[in-house]
Amino acid sequence: MIVEIGHFALILAACVALLQGVLPLAGTVNQNQRWQALAKPTALLQFALIALSFVVLAHAALTDDFSVKYIAAHSNSLLPSQYKLASVWGGHEGSLLLWVLMLSGWTVAVALFSRTLPLAMVARVIGILGLVSTGFLMFILTTSSPFERLLPAPADGRDLNPLLQDPGLVIHPPMLYMGYVGFSVAFAFSVSALLSGRMDAAWARWSRPWTVVAWIFMTAGIALGSWWAYYELGWGGWWFWDPVENASLMPWLFGTALIHALMVTDKRGGFKAWSVLLAIGAFSLSLLGTFLVRSGVLTSVHAFAADPKRGVFILIFLAVVVGVSLTLFAWRAPKATLGGKIGLVSRESMLLVNSVLLVVATGAVLLGTVYPLIVDALNLGKLSVGAPYFNAVFVPLMVPVVFLMVPGGIAHWREARWKSLGRELQIPALVAVLSALGIWILSERGTWLVAMGLGLAVWVVVGLLMQIVARMKKPGRIPPSFWGMHLAHLGIAVVVVGITFVKGYEVERDVRMGLQDTVSIGEYTFELMGVSDVDGPNYKALRAEVKVMQKGQFLETLHPEKRKYFSSAMPMTEAAIDSGLFRDLYVSLGEAIEGDKPQWSVRVFYKPFVSWLWYGAILMVLGGLLAVSDRRYRKSAASLG
Amino acid sequence: MKPRHQRFLLITAGVAVLAIAGMFVLNAFQSNLVFFFTPTQVSKGEAPQGRAFRVGGMVKEGSLQKDGENVQFVVTDFAHDVPVSYKGMLPDLFKEGKGVVAQGKLSADKQFSASEVLAKHDENYMPPEAKHALDQAEAAKAAQSAKP
Repeated sequence: MIVEIGHFALILAACVALLQGVLPLAGTVNQNQRWQALAKPTALLQFALIALSFVVLAHAALTDDFSVKYIAAHSNSLLPSQYKLASVWGGHEGSLLLWVLMLSGWTVAVALFSRTLPLAMVARVIGILGLVSTGFLMFILTTSSPFERLLPAPADGRDLNPLLQDPGLVIHPPMLYMGYVGFSVAFAFSVSALLSGRMDAAWARWSRPWTVVAWIFMTAGIALGSWWAYYELGWGGWWFWDPVENASLMPWLFGTALIHALMVTDKRGGFKAWSVLLAIGAFSLSLLGTFLVRSGVLTSVHAFAADPKRGVFILIFLAVVVGVSLTLFAWRAPKATLGGKIGLVSRESMLLVNSVLLVVATGAVLLGTVYPLIVDALNLGKLSVGAPYFNAVFVPLMVPVVFLMVPGGIAHWREARWKSLGRELQIPALVAVLSALGIWILSERGTWLVAMGLGLAVWVVVGLLMQIVARMKKPGRIPPSFWGMHLAHLGIAVVVVGITFVKGYEVERDVRMGLQDTVSIGEYTFELMGVSDVDGPNYKALRAEVKVMQKGQFLETLHPEKRKYFSSAMPMTEAAIDSGLFRDLYVSLGEAIEGDKPQWSVRVFYKPFVSWLWYGAILMVLGGLLAVSDRRYRKSAASLG
Repeated sequence: MKPRHQRFLLITAGVAVLAIAGMFVLNAFQSNLVFFFTPTQVSKGEAPQGRAFRVGGMVKEGSLQKDGENVQFVVTDFAHDVPVSYKGMLPDLFKEGKGVVAQGKLSADKQFSASEVLAKHDENYMPPEAKHALDQAEAAKAAQSAKP
């Protein structure tokens, strides 16, 4: 009975969402203030209804109600409670419910924090969000309801995919979704600016904090996903250029470009049309990501649905969103006034080049991700685009982006002088070149790629230190957004160091080991001490004991496992990792090899600086948070109000 | 420099950068496309020599031989077989009689040496390429038996 209440609440929510989408927008056309004022209450009501149905589904999951088809397919009575909760978004239907819950949550946040905005603007933004929500609710109700019953109810559920039974995966999807969905707010702001015909700087100022918050979640979500792949998949990789990863990277790249373009629109009044286009693009790519991940056109751990109806629905939805907003753009954007003149060398020109490069990189990733799908859909054969393509394209496009971060931060707005800019860049350039040459010559496996990576990172760090010193010499309070920007840029440098060293110096050994056999990497020696059987709550495991010695001194014991889950008989490699600031030691256990004496295949990695990838992401997130905490945003919104 | 000239320069530079980036993307794209072939196509010699491609189908029962990290197995679509050699750890869900996709190159003696054996994420899941290969072989057989 409770389950039906959840279903009913969802139907009601769809009706309310339609009201929220239509009435306030209509109110802005016929100047009816009462209709416009409906935006906030309908948004709140919609959120309450969706939250109710989400709680109902969570309740069903926690109480093992296997008469619900979704729960029976994704949960199991033996599953620990936190994973029962995670199973609510561990499948297609539930994850979409989470999506709309977040969308309505963002809408409510807009409704609550927009007291200083003009009523018509709020009505437009909330109305557009309501229309997006209507689309998704209709999608859930018509093709993928999580509340469908399964009668007679099975005795037990089919269990959550063992790969997903992991703390990282409990929070990874919600984080990423917050980011995906968060770009809908920037989208709604920019479309309402187009609708109002007032393409001034105000909308950019209002949407800046929202965009940064969405970007923060997106960054955290991508980093968590990469971290999870690293320790859970058992082969030590952290980025595979898998279509699903690309689906999250593309809106992130656009979002990064958008944050910077919005800053120019807000501060200088330039890039207006460009910002609108980026906002539309970021949200469209979020929708495309949802389509790729959820439609079943890709086969991976993320793609649950194999129902073509679902894919078609999202594709049509995507086409409508992109088509309508681009038409609106073509119609209204020419009205946008240009900002002041931009010099050939200025902060604006460098920001423009960087955002164009980010867009080109996104296009390249999009080509590699979507091309095989299109070729397959047209029955022209089957092919795939491998990681070498993405590496060959993405890295050269990102190098100038990272390079321009430094002069872009130093150069003056409007018109910078070559001479003074060159003088200020001397020190970072010198230090960067010296450290690049140093590692190339001094380190044993130094290549020009390693030299370039390290040089770039040093260039960024020295450059931003100099900017901080220069700023501290000037009088006046330094706003948190200044620190936020430099912290986020430092994060990029840290990630570059991580990628450079792990790509340049990692060592992998695939060996077969009997008891007391050893394998060495550099100064580390790994010895297999024993292998035993272990019982987990819903699995049986083979657990190895590996003693690690460093320069002959005992360092630690690692316990990699090979698990077999009861419900699916699916084996899982559980790697053991000793994570340090400057290197990770990574051991994963393969299968037993039959022979006269017991042997196992074992994979051992030495991964220098790999954890810097995630430290960098943490710095970026902290930088974003600092920037959002800046009171300037709220003040100026009020003064513009 | 007049502002008009400056803008012209900026636009030219932008177009040039985009053109170079585009060329370079398409070039990398061309050389990194990995095509898929069924075991039937491979044994008919349709697959390229010296260029990486993918082959998919079932791991033939009883064909798996391990010698340390060196692995040998046969991929079949039940019409034709392709022997595959691979060095390294096989993915968790690799089993005889199950679907598999391998990426690598064909050597002179018609032996496929794989650089990558693709992992699956779910025991019930069949790689779409492998399924495609089986369907093709099935269809070819049906067409042949239909002939008088």
